[in-house]
Amino acid sequence: MNDSGTATSRVIGVRHHRREVCVTVAVWTAAMSVIGLLIWILTDIAVRGLAEIDFGFLISDMQNAGREGGIGPIILSTGLILLVCLVVSIPLSFGTAIALTERIGQETGFACNVRRSLDVLAGVPSIVFGLFGNAFFAITLGLGYSILSGGLTLACMVLPILIRTSEQALRAVPAEYQYAAAALGMKRTTILFRVVLPVAMPALAAGVVLSIGRALAETAALLFTSGYVARSPESLLDSGRSLSVHIYDLAMNVPGGGARAYATACVLVALLLMINLATAFLLRMTGVRHRSTTGGTC
Amino acid sequence: MLIATENLSVSYNGRTVLRDATIEAKPGEILALVGPSGCGKSSFLAAINRLTEIIPGASVRGRIRFDGRELETVFPSSVDLRRHVGMIFQQPNPFAMSIRRNLELPLREHGIRDSGELRRIAESALRDVGLWDEVSDRLEQSALELSGGQQQRLCIARALALKPQVLLMDEPCSSLDPLSAERVEQLIDSMRGQYTVLIVTHNLAQARRLSDQVAVFWTQDGVGRIVEQGETEAVFNAPSNPIVASYLSGRKG
Amino acid sequence: MRSDRSLTIVTRTLAAISAAIVLLIIGFLLREAAPALRQLGLSRFFTDESWHPLSSQFNLTPMIVATLVTSAGAILIAAPLGIASAVFVNFYAPHRLAVWHRRLIELLAGIPSVVFGLWGLMVLAPIVATFGGSGQNLFTATIVLGLMVLPTVALLSDAAIAALPRPWIQGAAALGMGRSAIIGWVVLPGARRGIGSGIMLALTRAFGETMAVLMLAGNIVEMPSSLLSPGRTLNANIALELGYATAGHRSVLFVSGLMLMLVVSCIVLLISHRRGHQA
Repeated sequence: MNDSGTATSRVIGVRHHRREVCVTVAVWTAAMSVIGLLIWILTDIAVRGLAEIDFGFLISDMQNAGREGGIGPIILSTGLILLVCLVVSIPLSFGTAIALTERIGQETGFACNVRRSLDVLAGVPSIVFGLFGNAFFAITLGLGYSILSGGLTLACMVLPILIRTSEQALRAVPAEYQYAAAALGMKRTTILFRVVLPVAMPALAAGVVLSIGRALAETAALLFTSGYVARSPESLLDSGRSLSVHIYDLAMNVPGGGARAYATACVLVALLLMINLATAFLLRMTGVRHRSTTGGTC
Repeated sequence: MLIATENLSVSYNGRTVLRDATIEAKPGEILALVGPSGCGKSSFLAAINRLTEIIPGASVRGRIRFDGRELETVFPSSVDLRRHVGMIFQQPNPFAMSIRRNLELPLREHGIRDSGELRRIAESALRDVGLWDEVSDRLEQSALELSGGQQQRLCIARALALKPQVLLMDEPCSSLDPLSAERVEQLIDSMRGQYTVLIVTHNLAQARRLSDQVAVFWTQDGVGRIVEQGETEAVFNAPSNPIVASYLSGRKG
Repeated sequence: MRSDRSLTIVTRTLAAISAAIVLLIIGFLLREAAPALRQLGLSRFFTDESWHPLSSQFNLTPMIVATLVTSAGAILIAAPLGIASAVFVNFYAPHRLAVWHRRLIELLAGIPSVVFGLWGLMVLAPIVATFGGSGQNLFTATIVLGLMVLPTVALLSDAAIAALPRPWIQGAAALGMGRSAIIGWVVLPGARRGIGSGIMLALTRAFGETMAVLMLAGNIVEMPSSLLSPGRTLNANIALELGYATAGHRSVLFVSGLMLMLVVSCIVLLISHRRGHQA
């Protein structure tokens, strides 16, 4: 090492050091500010929300446009909407996922088209689901503003994510199991129901839980399908207000509804946190690392 | 001694994979590190140029001397260290960029901005590895379009362009076809006297052909250690350790 | 093997139904939008005096501009923060912190838009209001929208970076390149496809978002003159007016829905096309 070389390398070293420090500071600042904002939102919801919540709030009827009383009927409506959504979307999704994973290896043209169409479905804006649900379920099928309309609209909405997670769950079952079962002369149907589905069950359940989360979070698609009515629904053809719609209504349309909006938001976020934990737990059981987005490879 | 280690140990997440490795390499000498898989040879190399820093969970103990002084004091910055101690990997790993850019990017990073000088250094590095005649008319093509052997020679050229004093090579020939492997071996042979080379290899015949010194690594009680070292011919002709004797004669490992 | 064949038939039918839903949606949007398209044509949505649906004035331009401005602004916020966050978990954060950071970003992705809207309305809008106005304007909406689509950029960039071959990074480090140089020259260029997909997907989310913007943007139909002026996006307009719209007005709302659907579908198909090429 000669002297001038050392001097140059020291100058470069200083310049490099300065750049490293700048980039490090920038990256840490960005990451921490994102987390900081998230924590800000969550504590804001928790602090203002928890002040309003007691057991009575969760079960009693709503009074004075929501400024007083509870959210009992709204929790009931939300539950019913989710139920309708799941009853329709689970069989559709599991069936589609089985069809998509039917062939190991070579992707068929059919599967490729189904996937592409699901990619588009995953991107459809929620307000467009609202328009569609209103035109198709509420008006054309004559279901009106009802829990049934809302649930069916949400079923269409969660379909892509539920299919994707189910497909991942089925694919995660080691192919050796299937070969072994096939080598024993078992039929495909038997292999599916006796070998594949039991192994994939926790991951399938995780997908369902994740979809419940998506459905719970949805508002825009429900405004014009399940409607605003805050009474306890007597049948699936009654209109029912979901938690998310209730938050919107209290925050925007009811002067002085802010406190109760926070309380409802707190309940909703708590439910979603539980769902998040449940998904993580179910996935840990299977060892599947879940990174859901849209898209596949065709 | 240009580079020497003293009781170097490497562990990953608390599990020791290499213990108390002590070696010495003179300037311009080729030192071969041989032994079965998984006995810490690659970890040993990674510890020398502090590549262990970017391996999660890795920690290193022991001393490394460079030219008789502590490596830490000679090169406090890892960036500086790696400029003077180059490394070649088992799989050729050119960047997904043009051939020229592969050579120039590290040089720019080390402060060479003048395009004439960049060009000159790149050309001489390519000549050094015998790649110039093969690629001089397509320097703007992606390096990934080269054959495996050419890619590996490009990687060596890329390392040589930085004028390192030491080159660490982790099985540089093992992923190449026999002809390319032979070319790379000749290239390493031609570097004797100019660079100090520490080369990990599974090919005992290659180690015997190439190296001046050899260190035999072996796993004992689940931990890698150096069980024998010395002049290559001496070790191959009359190993003192019975395990080494049977390994070198092809009966073990 | 009869049961095998019926299994194939049943599952394929279900798959066909799932795939057909998107066609059903497009079909219904077209059917409902058709009267407006036939009677008004396309140009009147851009040339009419204003948006006064009750007196048959159907200029959508201010709302299209508001949609574009908020979405583009959201991407300008989400892209750098999201990429930085992905770089952070892969290269800067200690292992434990990286695990937590990923978890929190996933949690952020799961927060309902109406909750973002509530927070924006109660916390952020009063802060923005100190710069004048009510605080319900395009600026507030854009910030919250950016925060909402950030996880999409962060998670996809993270996946793209994590999928890069380790030897590239080790090779760059072994050549004495510093951490920031490795990221700038090797990692980000190598992961640019994945990061690009993440940004485009985030853009579709931003175009598609209704609630937060509806609660924060102020909802006045006018050509935005600055970021601090209130505005109404296409989505918000549908949410506000579908409840009472009839006949021609309703049909125009479906036209705007169709526009959103087409833009978003084109971006999604572009992403999946790019991905297909890559595979």
